[in-house]
Amino acid sequence: MSDGVAPIVPGTAAPVTVPARMPTDWQTASRQTRIRRRYAAEARFRLMGLFAVVMSAGFLAILLFTMISNGIGGFAQTRIALPIDFPRAGLTLDQARLKGPGADLALAGAGLPEATQAAAIVAYGPDGDKLLSDGAWLRVRDQVKANPALLRGRATLWVPAADTIDIAAKHDGAPADEAIVAKLKAMGALSTGFNAFFLTASDSTDPTMAGIWGALKGSIFTMVVTLLIAFPVGVLSALYLEEYATRNRFTDLIEVSINNLAAVPSIIFGLLGLAVFLNTFHLPRSAALVGGLTLALMTMPVIVIASRNAIKAVPPSIRDAALGVGASPIQVVFHHVLPLALPGILTGTIIGMARALGETAPLLMIGMRAFISAPPDRLSDPATVLPVQIFLWSDQVNRGFVEKTSAAIIVLLVFLLAMNGVAIYLRNKFETRW
Amino acid sequence: MNASKISARNVNVFYGQKQAISDVSLDFDSDVVTALIGPSGCGKSTFLRTLNRMNDTIANARVEGRIALDGEDIYAAEMDVVQLRARVGMVFQKPNPFPKSIFENVAYGPRIHGLASGSAQLADIVERSLKRAGLWDEVKDRLSDSGTALSGGQQQRLCIARAIAVDPEVILMDEPCSALDPIATARIEELIHELKGRYAIVIVTHNMQQAARVSQRTAFFHLGSLVEYGTTSDIFTNPRQERTKDYITGRYG
Ligand SMILES: Nc1ncnc2c1ncn2[C@@H]1O[C@H](COP(=O)(O)OP(=O)(O)OP(=O)(O)O)[C@@H](O)[C@H]1O
Ligand SMILES: [Mg+2]
Repeated sequence: MSDGVAPIVPGTAAPVTVPARMPTDWQTASRQTRIRRRYAAEARFRLMGLFAVVMSAGFLAILLFTMISNGIGGFAQTRIALPIDFPRAGLTLDQARLKGPGADLALAGAGLPEATQAAAIVAYGPDGDKLLSDGAWLRVRDQVKANPALLRGRATLWVPAADTIDIAAKHDGAPADEAIVAKLKAMGALSTGFNAFFLTASDSTDPTMAGIWGALKGSIFTMVVTLLIAFPVGVLSALYLEEYATRNRFTDLIEVSINNLAAVPSIIFGLLGLAVFLNTFHLPRSAALVGGLTLALMTMPVIVIASRNAIKAVPPSIRDAALGVGASPIQVVFHHVLPLALPGILTGTIIGMARALGETAPLLMIGMRAFISAPPDRLSDPATVLPVQIFLWSDQVNRGFVEKTSAAIIVLLVFLLAMNGVAIYLRNKFETRW
Repeated sequence: MNASKISARNVNVFYGQKQAISDVSLDFDSDVVTALIGPSGCGKSTFLRTLNRMNDTIANARVEGRIALDGEDIYAAEMDVVQLRARVGMVFQKPNPFPKSIFENVAYGPRIHGLASGSAQLADIVERSLKRAGLWDEVKDRLSDSGTALSGGQQQRLCIARAIAVDPEVILMDEPCSALDPIATARIEELIHELKGRYAIVIVTHNMQQAARVSQRTAFFHLGSLVEYGTTSDIFTNPRQERTKDYITGRYG
């Protein structure tokens, strides 16, 4: 330190010296306050973050709780024991036709619906037939088909109750229905079971007969079409724009258009689908094919944007490395860029697909709101999708549809979770490949 | 002149409006190691990247002049850039292994060029390349581990192994030893000695001793221009330019 101090010689001006800086003293009061403030700021920030997480988790929990408590009843079915004396029921039936594809028709023509009603009247009095669901005879039919030996004698079969009885048994219904339920319960003629029919049937005007399968199948068809169109087209556009296109006015214009397209309200895509696919190309109305195409238009910009960001995030040094050993541009893309970008691309795809899965408005525009009581077999068959089905049921005045609506929402959520699960699985698979 | 493996004539390189290389002419011969030295930012990497057209990937970079490989203009329209880069291999300043296994890193080049007829031969190429890069003993038991999990110096040697696995005619090395310890550096220098007979090697280095040890020719760059070029012994013992002398004696840089 002494070297730095200039010697003082009398008669000469002291040279200007820059005072040497002392090491920072961290113990002074003002520094200590700063440190305390920093800790306080960090603690505040952590608390705020925690609060945000707890709040969103809370909302999610409330949503799931209300959905499940409302909807779980939709998966349960109240059944009534129905004794039927088949030999006396006056069925005109050719036993040989009970096997094979003609069986349903044969049983319907043989007077099974009437026989079922008559049995209810015998068992439960003049209004007995009102206790049963309109489709009760269908369950009788299924059981007879499964076991034709029933036709030779008396049997007690469990058949679905009418929706008024169903509601009275599960919640609180009209006082008259409550009394009937109490009486049936006392007789041991009432039971509750899992409504497998809800998962295998399609829409119906009778809530006890309505099922979600038609809408679920429609949703699956629609999503498949959307994915098959939006994913390859979206990823290829993103690759082209990022890896090949030179930057000029034209590509800037395309970029702006795509970004804007992602922000267009979904109903506009419905109008577009109506104008292009139905009016110009004359594709069938209400079909999963058209729904999928329309939703693909909506999903594609989301996939393009997510893919471009994922591709941009691949470090340029990886491209250099591949080009440096003589990889062609296509090899660079498919061997290096795409695998590294895939997790991000899949994340974007799942966000786009999830949005498409929950979309109602554009599908209403192309006629997917029709009452459709049979699941679609082909992409061009009239179909509906889960959110539209939920929308239609929520509009019904019949109280039996209230819990069907919630049950359908549960099915939609499960579908969504399954889709997310597949995407997360794929993402992890590609992330851990090296 | 035609005897040179690569000959560069009046090369200018621009990044947008900014000129990074002005009027550089240099020849690189097949059995010679040429060192490019000069202060940071003088354009050594830029010039090196013109030799295998890696500058093509930089959107605003523009190259003027003529660069010929075996007398063939590499900037000509009919030049196949992919093949050019297989013939003129490159080791970059920053280690950049693929995020794949060690084996895959080295096997990638031979595989895309179909240099191996079968997996046994491919494994053989990988082993040979890793041995020449001085990495084999460290990684032979974990060839399926990720290349990015290696240390910085090991990654650089992996990149060298990857570059020599395709048996290029010219190897461009941009400060290959800047991340290596003295032992690994000595291995790389040995490798350069071993490769010298068959390949034209161009190496950028900030280490004067290294330039003196491995190269036969040295080119000194300053502010984008070639200041002096000659045999390494001349440049280091008897530089003609004042700037060269100042640089190699450490007066600036
Ligand atoms: N992609 C780029 N865009 C614009 N300018 C660039 C680019 N790359 C390099 N430059 C400029 O070109 C000049 C030469 O850079 P270069 O990387 O060739 O230097 P260098 O000699 O390799 O330096 P170092 O020894 O630090 O690696 C520098 O002034 C740099 O700023
Ligand atoms: Mg450099």
